[in-house]
Amino acid sequence: MLQDKDRIFTNIYGIHDKSLKGAMARGHWSGTAGFIKNGRDWVIDQTKASGLRGRGGAGFPTGLKWSFMPKQDSERPHYLVINADESEPGTCKDRDIMRHDPHTLIEGCLIAGFAMGAHACYIYVRGEYMREREALEAAINECYDAKLLGKNNKNGWDYDIYVHHGAGAYICGEETALLESLEGKKGQPRLKPPFPANVGLYGCPTTVNNVESVAVVPTILRRGADWFASFGRDNNRGTKLFCVSGHVNRPCTVEEEMSIPFRELIDKHCGGVRGGTDNLLAVIPGGSSVRMVPADQIIDCPMDFDSLMALQSGLGTAAVIVMDKSTDIIRAIARLAAFYKHESCGQCTPCREGTGWMWRVMERMVEGRAQKREIDMLFDVTKQIEGHTICALGDAAAWPIQGLINHFRPEMEARIDSYTYRSDKDGAVLEAAE
Amino acid sequence: MSVRRLAEESVQPAAFAFNRSNAAWAKRKIKNYPKGREASAVIPLLMRAQEQEGWVNKAAIELIADMLDMPLIRVLEVATFYTQFQLAPVGKRAHIQVCGTTPCMLRGADDLIKVCKNKISANPFDVTEDGNLSWEEVECQGACVNAPMVMIFKDSYEDLTAAQMEHIIDSFAAGKGSQIKPGPQIDRIFSAPEGGLTSLTVKPVKTKARKVAAKSTSKQAAKAPAKPAAKIAGNIGNASAKPAARSKPVKPVKAADNAANKAPNRGKPASIRKPAKPDNLKLISGVGPKLEGVLNGLGIYKFEQVAKWKKAEREWVDGYLNFKGRIDRDDWVKQAKALAKGGVEEYIRVFGKKPR
Repeated sequence: MLQDKDRIFTNIYGIHDKSLKGAMARGHWSGTAGFIKNGRDWVIDQTKASGLRGRGGAGFPTGLKWSFMPKQDSERPHYLVINADESEPGTCKDRDIMRHDPHTLIEGCLIAGFAMGAHACYIYVRGEYMREREALEAAINECYDAKLLGKNNKNGWDYDIYVHHGAGAYICGEETALLESLEGKKGQPRLKPPFPANVGLYGCPTTVNNVESVAVVPTILRRGADWFASFGRDNNRGTKLFCVSGHVNRPCTVEEEMSIPFRELIDKHCGGVRGGTDNLLAVIPGGSSVRMVPADQIIDCPMDFDSLMALQSGLGTAAVIVMDKSTDIIRAIARLAAFYKHESCGQCTPCREGTGWMWRVMERMVEGRAQKREIDMLFDVTKQIEGHTICALGDAAAWPIQGLINHFRPEMEARIDSYTYRSDKDGAVLEAAE
Repeated sequence: MSVRRLAEESVQPAAFAFNRSNAAWAKRKIKNYPKGREASAVIPLLMRAQEQEGWVNKAAIELIADMLDMPLIRVLEVATFYTQFQLAPVGKRAHIQVCGTTPCMLRGADDLIKVCKNKISANPFDVTEDGNLSWEEVECQGACVNAPMVMIFKDSYEDLTAAQMEHIIDSFAAGKGSQIKPGPQIDRIFSAPEGGLTSLTVKPVKTKARKVAAKSTSKQAAKAPAKPAAKIAGNIGNASAKPAARSKPVKPVKAADNAANKAPNRGKPASIRKPAKPDNLKLISGVGPKLEGVLNGLGIYKFEQVAKWKKAEREWVDGYLNFKGRIDRDDWVKQAKALAKGGVEEYIRVFGKKPR
């Protein structure tokens, strides 16, 4: 188990002083100017060496991403955009960073911006996080007052941070949709290529990073890449904020070592599964967009990108949704289908039409008012949506349903049987037409 | 996707104007964006209009289009696309947004919705007769470890039960909503586990303690050069962070270099004899006639070969060509995979463009 001295977000629960003074007392904003003096390549190399992979869901190596930015570009400004549009069902880690430990993020923004030659940074906070936005803005103002940001600041890199916000569209968590939204348009994803590193915000080189990815960087630089890389398994390094929700005794957000076994995570911090480990049915380990994993496979699985990938699921945002045996698993997934139907941006036909179609069929599956062959048809349709859309929302809508069919098909068939059985009992007349 | 329309003409007010403080705020907000990119401020401005009026009306949309010099249709698009904008009046004292997505559903959001239906109205968005209350079911609000929860305007009320929900609705109906503390409604510190902390029980280490930690790691990594430490000592009082940092970066990079130097053949891709029909490697974006020659010299003639390169091979070739990571940046492997699988057609399918 991770020790307190190795936790990066030391005020994630907001029990200590949130102000700049308090943050500095906990060690933030120390040595920042020194990192900047060490140069761009040094920052990127350190980040690469730490093995940090993006915390927004896809797990792309953060240092590598930064290195895609043009090294020299005098005509167009560079931008860092922080993706704080945290809307993945199950995920609520960035919220706590912004409202309780905002200086980790702000310092990270400065360093990340420096590493990619950007002098301006936009933080795109989801619209519903109004109090979080206020807390973040207050913290940024403190930094301006203390001359840690702005022109000719103490850190030696001119830098401005602006807070922007959305208005309740899940799709704006997709990086190009986020850029569209930031430009004042509907959040509809762009085709890639060109990638944002070449043509991003306002047509300029841009890198979009998740809040947590950027917020851990200052501490990595302070304590050394090998310190960070000492946690977790190979290729899955560092510490991570886990959000455990659903049927555990005490749901919580907690920073833990990567690759912590599921059982340990739940038992140490969440008081175990409601009704005991034997009562566990299935887990969605990485936010709603990944396939679920049944109890027997997840229970001793290390929680990291590669192990969960091997189970055909994923770590995603490390939003662990636990479901015990009282769960109507078909309904749980049908609700997610409704979510994706609501949040599809409507740009690509397979997703716009498919999410609605899947939801309607899933609603019937919940009742059992369906044919068994429709399960195959549903699976087939998910396969036709997956990979045929501009962004990953189509995939994300397809995967939960695929997970359900893969692991709980007998459950679905039983539901259909019981419906048919009842219809027979209720006096349906089965007579040959003569 | 959600299909949304503006409210009926009969409820639309004739005009809208930002109040004084909001107008000044809007001016400042617009300045956050580069010249010519004022349209970026459209969402914040619409949101401010909603905060002022309770909902987004047509007059506000028209005014904001004018302010930002945007075509009206673009602002209409934005107002109807983003579901947080209320396009019709909602309850004045409280518009209760119940999160109904799976994590909340698992912990009893259905009960909260039932309470809303009983106490407010059978259908979402129907405002009570006195105009004070309304409700809707929304998608994930990002407070999943505190499920189930509701949002009322700017604040969230978390860890709810049906009884507590009734109490909250009654309080807001009576105009005493401010008496209820936002956040978890049970004995709990925000997102920390109920019943006591399981982590962060030790008071966070101060800079001083952190210095020691950083120093010790620096010693392990390499002998910290004394000079830079002394140089930075006066700098924000953190002598330690620097040497740790300075000594570290060199190490992994150098180690990699050394490894490459010592074992030049480690990672060298397997070569084959020139086949009867070598592939046109120039189809890989990033490979020209010259490079094709070099690759052929290494015994590489087929796309399959490139497609099979692992990290070690890519690094070796990258070093051999002194390419500084271009193989990964251009993603030769993915390109080669597509070309090997189905030639130009597959390439177009994967990358959406012709090779080269």
